[in-house]
Amino acid sequence: MVRRLPRKDVAIVGLGWTGSIMALELCRSGLDVVAIERGPWRDTATDFNIGTAPDELRYAVRHDIFLRTRQETLTMRNNSSQTALPIRRWGSFLPGNGVGGAGSHWNGQTWRFLPDDFRLRSKMIERYGEGIMPEGNQIQDWPMSYDELEPFYDKFEYVLGISGKAGNIKGQTQAGGNPFEGSRERDYPTPPMKQGYSQELFMKAAAGMGLHPFPRPSANLSSAYTNPYGCSMAPCTYCGFCERFGCSNYSKSSPQTCVLPALVREPNFEARTECEVTKVTLSGDGKMATGVVYVDANGEEWEQPADLVLLCAYGLFNVRLMLLSGIGKPYDAGTGEGVVGRNYAYQTGSGATAFFDNVNFNPFAAAGSLGAALDDYNSDNFDHGPHGFVGGASITNAYTNGRPIMYRPTPRGTPTWGSAWKKAVRETYQRVTNVGAQGSVMSYRANYLDLDPTYKDELGRPLMRMTFDYQPNEIKMANWMAERCEAIAKAMGAKTTQINRLNTPWNVVPYQSTHNTGGTVTGSDPKTSVLNRYLQSWDVPNVFVMGASTFPQNAGYNPTGTVGALTYWALDAIQKKYLKSPGALVQQ
Amino acid sequence: MHTDDRSAMRAKFAPPTETPRHSGMSRRSLLATAALLITTTGATAKVVTKVLPWRPNEAYPVTPVVPGGWLFFTADEAAVVDAIIDRLIPADELGPGAKDSGVTTFIDRQLTGPYGGHDWLYMKGPFATNPLPTQGLQSPLTPRQQYRQGLAALAAYCKANFGGRSFVDLSGEDKDKLLAGMEKGDIKFEGFSSRMLFNAVHTNTMEGFFADPIYGGNKDMAGWKLIGFPGVRYDFRDVIDNPNKPYTLPPVSLQGQPAWGVR
Repeated sequence: MVRRLPRKDVAIVGLGWTGSIMALELCRSGLDVVAIERGPWRDTATDFNIGTAPDELRYAVRHDIFLRTRQETLTMRNNSSQTALPIRRWGSFLPGNGVGGAGSHWNGQTWRFLPDDFRLRSKMIERYGEGIMPEGNQIQDWPMSYDELEPFYDKFEYVLGISGKAGNIKGQTQAGGNPFEGSRERDYPTPPMKQGYSQELFMKAAAGMGLHPFPRPSANLSSAYTNPYGCSMAPCTYCGFCERFGCSNYSKSSPQTCVLPALVREPNFEARTECEVTKVTLSGDGKMATGVVYVDANGEEWEQPADLVLLCAYGLFNVRLMLLSGIGKPYDAGTGEGVVGRNYAYQTGSGATAFFDNVNFNPFAAAGSLGAALDDYNSDNFDHGPHGFVGGASITNAYTNGRPIMYRPTPRGTPTWGSAWKKAVRETYQRVTNVGAQGSVMSYRANYLDLDPTYKDELGRPLMRMTFDYQPNEIKMANWMAERCEAIAKAMGAKTTQINRLNTPWNVVPYQSTHNTGGTVTGSDPKTSVLNRYLQSWDVPNVFVMGASTFPQNAGYNPTGTVGALTYWALDAIQKKYLKSPGALVQQ
Repeated sequence: MHTDDRSAMRAKFAPPTETPRHSGMSRRSLLATAALLITTTGATAKVVTKVLPWRPNEAYPVTPVVPGGWLFFTADEAAVVDAIIDRLIPADELGPGAKDSGVTTFIDRQLTGPYGGHDWLYMKGPFATNPLPTQGLQSPLTPRQQYRQGLAALAAYCKANFGGRSFVDLSGEDKDKLLAGMEKGDIKFEGFSSRMLFNAVHTNTMEGFFADPIYGGNKDMAGWKLIGFPGVRYDFRDVIDNPNKPYTLPPVSLQGQPAWGVR
């Protein structure tokens, strides 16, 4: 028996980055907002306490603060001829759970995508002709440009206090920054982080090769900072417990450090935690959302009526909620028709491991976003003509941590146990570094999300099924990048190097990247997108969807900067257009 | 249900039969109850509005493992695990091995907690008999079942192939040969995958040797000393300011250093 609660102006599903920003800004617009979050409330002082937080086994290995697969998981297969099976233990990616979401346990690498990334299809065809487009691709231009998003990237970066060095201010190239980046209105709010010895070698070697290294933009703050919401942060101490952990030091930008202290003071805001939204309810004709249904901590079901429904869960779960609610036509890989679940993409990882003699890299003195990067091989910053692939990668030399259960590299061929292993693990720890390439993945007809026919969650709803594999274009790109990485590693003075090619087929076991994109993509054409350019559902205009599920394909960067920019962009449209005249913001 | 409150989740993390050294657990349960508010709307939910739900001294520590005795293993099983991990990470001129570092205790206590039962994992069937290698964990066997059945299968294998002897009684060379065969999956146990047992013990041994000593392994931070990991020192700005210098301070764990005495 579902019981109905009094109406709210706005119901937000998920209280991570996008949900907390939307909630705060819409409360300030005078609306009554309820955020419904399936995990627990989490706070720095209690949940990320310095006396308990730096615990590798509990957080990094046993996944204490992540979504538990028992709560929800996906099934996976590499192609549609196979039978998908549930991901029983997270590996390749790690969805968050609870207030703060993945924004509490991320590393904090906060990029802007390049201007070319937003018009990838047009740009590639203009420069190289149709022939370069990979077989089976569904690459499409974004419905908004970099220039349109720039003020919203800026806003997000200033809320987070990002530490970095601009490479392009108002069209003027800035020494020490990324010369390939799109023009920005002003510099980062805080200076770049200090770099370690390995990055010193990397920057010198790369510059010597004519490349353009720079300190990467970081949400681990280089100095104390108070953001426009009045939230204060402390400088990072390079403790090396960022990804998979909450920051105990108020140094890593997160909903906890940057938004929630301001949000809870809004008198018309309410969060309900440990409540799982099971579906968005629709009007009889299916053209308007009437609210959401959720199950509370006691297993009781409630209907929360609302005028506006914002899906702000982790991208993958926004896709599933759309499928379970019947909003938008589900994608059918057989016919290529339908849109929800279409254009799922991911990222490639490749690179080179470099072994040195007589150095102390001190890998434990690290931070999630510490590192030097270069963009010479990203997006269309280089001539793709001779290589025959589209896309690119950001290349990085970084230490996010030296935590020894998971980080204890040995040269290939070393025994995995015994005295010989012991000797190797001891000798290698201080003298190994990595040059890595995080590469784009295009969207393809063959890679998609739909509902699984067999496996169900605890509430009896079908799990979502992920059908994904790396396509020849990505394999070619990633392996070419690995060679670029190895050349830099050699120039750094490595005694020996090992090249790390892309692992194929895609495997759910080793951690690769929590940069899952697509499934509810934004676009100009309702036949190939779920959302219009304001991230508003084409079919149900009082539903907006935030997060990386809106990306038409993935770029060679971490997605959160773009997720944040898109959130402020959609918010701007909601505040300035939608609230004045509720309805479709783009006519079909 | 998946909606256990977080104090229950935290409580499950530690072996239930141990006495907590901090009185946090019961206090947190109390707080969790207090957080169940009846809202103005009548709905039972954990509601946060107007203030952060934060109280002084509230935190969620784990319960430190107290060595001594076995909570999951039989004495015979523990002796075999001791013997296996002593080959995986032996004591040698580079320092103590897994056995001296409490790793068997670590594994025993882990098996009694939520990890041992795969409590947090999706364990609904059907379980595929022939999953793709890319699909990862697909066995219905929990770690507790893997150890119980795997160690029994190893005992039977040793008895049949080494003249009635136990793994414990084999020569170092025979132990290593057998473990290498298990690692590759070349050794066939009756009714159990030798490789599954090897992987379970190997993974847990590495975890125990390098995890914070609060979990019972990595005694005196032997694993951290082996590679030079300084532990939870929290502030390495001095290291960043002095690139390429050897780090000389000893490691620190969540409970400090042995030299600081028992807390």
